[in-house]
Amino acid sequence: MKRITAIAGAALLAVGVAACSGGGGAATSGTDTAGQPAQTASAAGFQEQHKGGTLRLLAKSGDGTLDPHINYSNGNWQVFQALYDGLVSFRKVGGNTSYDIVPDLAEEMPQVSADGKTYTFKLRKDVKFTTGEPVTVDDVVASFQRIFRVSGPTSGTFYSGIVGAADCVKKPAGCTLDKGVVADAAAGTVTVNLVAADSEFLQKLALPHAAVLPKGTPDKDQGTTPIPGTGPYKVESYNPNKQMKLVRNPNFTEWSRDAQPQGYPDEIDYNYGLTPEAAVTAVQNGQADWIFDPLPADRLTEIGTTYAEQAHVNPLAAFWYIPVNVNLAPFDKPEAREALQWAFDKNALVKMFGGANVAQPACTILPPAFPGHADVCDFPQQDLAKAKDLVQKSGTSGQEVSVVVSDDDVSKQIGEYVRSTLEQIGYQAKLKVISTNIHFTYIQNTKNKVQLSVSQWYADYPAASNFINVLLSCASFREGSDASINISGFCDKDVDAKIAEAMKLDQSDTAAAGKVWGELDRELMKRGPIVPLFNPKQIDFVSKNVGNYQFHAQFHALLDQMWVK
Amino acid sequence: MTSPVRATAEQPAAGAPAAGPPARPSAGPWRRALGRLRHNRSAMIAGAGLLLIVLACVLAPVYANAIAHTDPFTSNASGTVVVNGERVPVLAQSTEGLGLGVTPVGPTWDPGNYFLGADNQGRDVMARLLYGGRNSLLIGLSSAVVCCALATVLGVLAGYFGGWIDAVLSRFFDVIWAFPVYLLAICLSVVLLTSGLHLGPIHIDAGSLALPVVIIALIYVPYVARPLRGQVMALRNKEFLHAAVGLGASDLRIMRREVLPNVLPTVVVFLPLMTALNMLTESALSFLSVGVQSPDASWGTIINDGLALLYTRPAITIAAGLCVGLTAVALNVLGDGVRDALDPNARLRGGA
Repeated sequence: MKRITAIAGAALLAVGVAACSGGGGAATSGTDTAGQPAQTASAAGFQEQHKGGTLRLLAKSGDGTLDPHINYSNGNWQVFQALYDGLVSFRKVGGNTSYDIVPDLAEEMPQVSADGKTYTFKLRKDVKFTTGEPVTVDDVVASFQRIFRVSGPTSGTFYSGIVGAADCVKKPAGCTLDKGVVADAAAGTVTVNLVAADSEFLQKLALPHAAVLPKGTPDKDQGTTPIPGTGPYKVESYNPNKQMKLVRNPNFTEWSRDAQPQGYPDEIDYNYGLTPEAAVTAVQNGQADWIFDPLPADRLTEIGTTYAEQAHVNPLAAFWYIPVNVNLAPFDKPEAREALQWAFDKNALVKMFGGANVAQPACTILPPAFPGHADVCDFPQQDLAKAKDLVQKSGTSGQEVSVVVSDDDVSKQIGEYVRSTLEQIGYQAKLKVISTNIHFTYIQNTKNKVQLSVSQWYADYPAASNFINVLLSCASFREGSDASINISGFCDKDVDAKIAEAMKLDQSDTAAAGKVWGELDRELMKRGPIVPLFNPKQIDFVSKNVGNYQFHAQFHALLDQMWVK
Repeated sequence: MTSPVRATAEQPAAGAPAAGPPARPSAGPWRRALGRLRHNRSAMIAGAGLLLIVLACVLAPVYANAIAHTDPFTSNASGTVVVNGERVPVLAQSTEGLGLGVTPVGPTWDPGNYFLGADNQGRDVMARLLYGGRNSLLIGLSSAVVCCALATVLGVLAGYFGGWIDAVLSRFFDVIWAFPVYLLAICLSVVLLTSGLHLGPIHIDAGSLALPVVIIALIYVPYVARPLRGQVMALRNKEFLHAAVGLGASDLRIMRREVLPNVLPTVVVFLPLMTALNMLTESALSFLSVGVQSPDASWGTIINDGLALLYTRPAITIAAGLCVGLTAVALNVLGDGVRDALDPNARLRGGA
């Protein structure tokens, strides 16, 4: 359920542009999705000579609360990697293996019962919070309770499968999860019971929303007050309009290089307030080391040529798409939806995002190299004549269509192109630009009668269901609600059954499941509730001083692994 | 740019005799004013420049169809164009280094072929500039007319009747005046642009050009109405008005036949100045995406489009900015000329 207009999300491919491999040894081997213990060969190892210095990061503004159970934005999720730990974690390396799940606060990967409903974690003994207190099983239980007690944004989705979670979602205040999360202090274990097997459970536990916090943490959003964590850094001060300052956590000793490696800089200063334009200039001049915000379009050429060695381009597991409202005229007609699949020149759209090396035209819902992605394209190129013909056939020619886009530069450009193309295939098209702050909820609510819009989806974790089940199942369509992520309003019993089948299959046979997802993707493309436009890439621009840049597929650049000495 | 108009606005208000005592019943004052204007060289040059700009903008479709052969409202992102005998894409992908970024074709200085280059959508900037000028000028002028008309009615009513009518209207002006102009305009625009305006029998669709006209006209009403009200209040004590009352003329007749002709010169002075100010406001609002809506263009939206290309294709922003600047200057100089012609007292005061 993640949406960030700025670049967010994850990537799978390590399609390295030669100049972009910022170094860092990639670890080998990994886990399978069923969660077997990882056989890891450690990364290159810590290089003492690069330790020290101050890493200076820039962003236009702070990215919300410091509370990992509440914050659902990519900017701070990236920072949280150096601050907090969960029972398990994504491997903190760049490249292919960063989607692997490794034990973090747990000593080893959990014991999973045969029916897949019970996970038993054995906690490490030597890990301490920044306060010096050791991490205990009580902290773990309290953290699970807190996910619900603070009504975390994903408490009703990611973690709703825990026994007792349904009641906790309804009544957050008294949430105990007494049957769902059980601690055994003597054995040092925590057992999590699920209502049904969930092949994605460990991935969900590796997200910041399941971070382990001290048991006394108040059950409300801690805002700018730092919560003690277990990572190599701690927040010394945070003002979302000015600066976040991270310093080393004095109580940190590296327990697993895979899960939580120690960082290089002694201090990380995250400064807010500069526009992306000014930030680019600052990095060029060596006054800052890295920029969070998407780079301004008119600086890309310069960065790609003069500063090519300081730029890192990595594909994201994400797509920009047009949700097509299947319940409103004219796109309640299948022919009209098919017309849309033929109407757009995706290369033109890619140009509006920054060109062929910054995005890739999309022909399927699942991004390339994502689990379940099928390499087929039934609508390979723009065919205006065919689209026009289909519009005529559907009998909807001449109808009014409005496209609702948010007011950032790229969305407006894309919206204008979409509007212009709709005119060409026979509609009376209008563009409606609304503030980015309300756009995402506005287009979800059926009361606003949005026919077409332009939106983005970034994977929360690497699973096909995170696209198809979330975006197109009946369960995620709620009429009249601002939180109806199935923006198309597409609900089909047969498709739902197939989604359920694929998710079930994911627990036993990921390859077979992948095939089902691929077929489903293809079928959905023909039904046309979604017009995929392109898969964006992340461009990171770092200063000359920065070494050891590593792109993590889920959380992007590993900030504390960059060295400045 | 607000200050010059505010200053002019306040001058007639300060000492009401601006229009002077009613002259002999003849077309004399207007004709004399026209004569004076004709001899004002700077005003005439400004007028000629303005006429040129207006003419060019009016002929926008001719340029687009007959000279440039382009549709400035349709995206041409995948199109190609011949520059220096070479066929190149309108939006060119960078090929050096990492190949990041896309740059639209720059100015070719060939009127038939992307004279000022292309924008992000691959559309001809020159053609859009001319079409944009039509909207900017149209909105500037029509909102000035609406604003002055409304302000005249309200100002005359408030000044003539005084008492509670004046109190209510004046407080209404105060309230609007209390808001920073742009803040009020942006607030109104944000609300109205998504839902449209539905006031009784009046329905204006979201995205219609009439919306910015109405919004801009409304926010400037007090700036014109206040000085007019002051002028009318001063007129109320004049003998010719007492005479009309004594003759038993109705209020409406007095306002129409005695008061209005005396404040009309001030209104006429306001027109070009308000047109310039409103055009600037329109451009500012459009620049902030709360004025003219895509695919329609105005100089403000073109500056906004060009902003994303400032480093690579500055010509877009510069051209549109120049158009706004030149037109505003021309209108202001012409407006000054009109004021000098109609209201010599104002100039005397200014000189003293």
